[in-house]
Amino acid sequence: MSTITTPRRGVGLADAVAHTAVITRRNVLRLARIPQLVLFSTVQPVMFLVLFNYVFGGAIAIGGGSGDYINWLIPGILVQSAVFGATATALGLTEDLGTGVIDRFRSLPMARSAVLTGRTLADLVRNTFVITLMLVVGYLMGWRFEQGFGKMALGVAISLLFGFAFSWVMASIGLAAKTPEAAQSAGFLPIFPFVFASSVFVPTAAMPDWLRVFADNQPVTVIANAVRSLMIAEHDLAALGLDQGSLIVQSMLWIAGIIAVFGFLAVRQYKRAVG
Amino acid sequence: MPVVETKDIVKSFGEVVALDGVSISFPSGIVYGLLGPNGAGKTTLIRILTTLLKADSGSALVAGIDVKEDPVGVRHRIGLAGQFAAVDTFLTGRENVEMVGRLYNLSRGEAGARAEEVLERIGLIWAADRPVRTYSGGMRRRLDLAASMVGRPEVLFLDEPTTGIDPGSRLDLWDLIEEMVKGGTTLLLTTQYLDEADRLADRIGVIDQGRLIAEGTGDELKARLGGDVVEIHTDEVDLLAAAEALARVAGDLPTVEGRSLSIPAPDGPRTLTAVVRELDSSSVVPVDIALRKPTLDDVFLTLTGHRAEEHPDETEAVGTTADGGARKARP
Repeated sequence: MSTITTPRRGVGLADAVAHTAVITRRNVLRLARIPQLVLFSTVQPVMFLVLFNYVFGGAIAIGGGSGDYINWLIPGILVQSAVFGATATALGLTEDLGTGVIDRFRSLPMARSAVLTGRTLADLVRNTFVITLMLVVGYLMGWRFEQGFGKMALGVAISLLFGFAFSWVMASIGLAAKTPEAAQSAGFLPIFPFVFASSVFVPTAAMPDWLRVFADNQPVTVIANAVRSLMIAEHDLAALGLDQGSLIVQSMLWIAGIIAVFGFLAVRQYKRAVG
Repeated sequence: MPVVETKDIVKSFGEVVALDGVSISFPSGIVYGLLGPNGAGKTTLIRILTTLLKADSGSALVAGIDVKEDPVGVRHRIGLAGQFAAVDTFLTGRENVEMVGRLYNLSRGEAGARAEEVLERIGLIWAADRPVRTYSGGMRRRLDLAASMVGRPEVLFLDEPTTGIDPGSRLDLWDLIEEMVKGGTTLLLTTQYLDEADRLADRIGVIDQGRLIAEGTGDELKARLGGDVVEIHTDEVDLLAAAEALARVAGDLPTVEGRSLSIPAPDGPRTLTAVVRELDSSSVVPVDIALRKPTLDDVFLTLTGHRAEEHPDETEAVGTTADGGARKARP
């Protein structure tokens, strides 16, 4: 009988890619249909940009820098928005868990990884939109990229990639937290120390030693500095202690490492959360 | 050959035993109704059969495939509509169904055609291009059902398909499910409602506290209940006299629940008339009197000695008869 000879099947890689595209499209469509999601995830970063620039800008002296504070701030705030934006991954996943959508997906002969990858990719699309808008607002506020368009674009790409990596951190936190409310607060816990004890808003030189050691060696500082090294005037790099080549390599290593570790953890959490 | 066959399925969540050795088996082409109260283990069994959950022990074959050995193979052959309408409210009905088709590896064109076909069949084509958040609860359930049919499943699993929707939509859904069954779909559905199981299912399994406690057709189960029941409510002072009157009609002590008494009514209205006569001769005027159909509560009372909604321990004070029958008034 055919049922006895039926071979054990998995889901092929080509199908997994196709399924990921379907889920990504679904999540992006949702974003497009819920304007308030995009609106609020855009308003907040823009508000931060305006506040930090005009409130702190005058009081913060960037050592050795010749440019305005906005040129220091923009690369940092891109990274900050990418990280904050990643919390949407945790929210989206917990929502789908709660409504039974994930049960439906799991009862289908589809690649399980597509649910998580489709979510993180959709959040990457949203982040791209948010960051593009911030660059426009930043430009209007006086920000200039001083090493050409190519390097600026590379810097933007690095911050987006970091946001994508952080989406996997948030995916594992969200799946552990299980409800949107818990995911919301749990998601921001790691974010605050990493974003504020970093070079995102101010140089780390002014921090007390114990904090500076942490700040200088954690990924958000590395990424922010890498993006910065691709955007501010080349003759300022040495004075600010930014080594472009080394920072880009370190960034890539951090991004790859975070995706590897938290991708694994998220998949494991996913199996537990739904099992 | 059975299309669904489980043997001694056991599943615990920590201390709580959700399924305690459940064995069911049924052939293709029928509707199997799993009837039980909240927390009986119905959803857990469905989740195991649809590969969403692994059993601690025991085996389960769906369409001839072991759910543990080849879950992807099982997923190719089943459809699931869970307890909540698992549809995306910000997409249109059509987009929801098409997405499921794409996840079954249908091409864009095939998925579109299949969505059209399924939405037509489910009677939602008129609302196909509206976002689901504008749908009523009943329409969402229908759409969920449509999504579960996209893959032309050999077995369809419906977990409490009408729980939480209004009575009108419930009747519509029943019609729809009956129509699907006429088309040859094999169905396993869970329900808390006896009337639902009675109307839709060819065979009913009664599940309670993780065990299958009875199985049979709706008529067989009702025969075990003895059909209709006469139920009266009285004032405290009349309770004893009323119980005696009922006992004279039934030839046995009535079931007592607070100030409500009931006896089986094998002769329907005739039993009711006899009860009225006896009450009158005892000068008892009941607060309320009714002839009613057995409910899930009666099934449970008869089969398990406890009501569907309460914990068995709480009923011990009243006691059960040796044959596991209904609680009787103590003389």
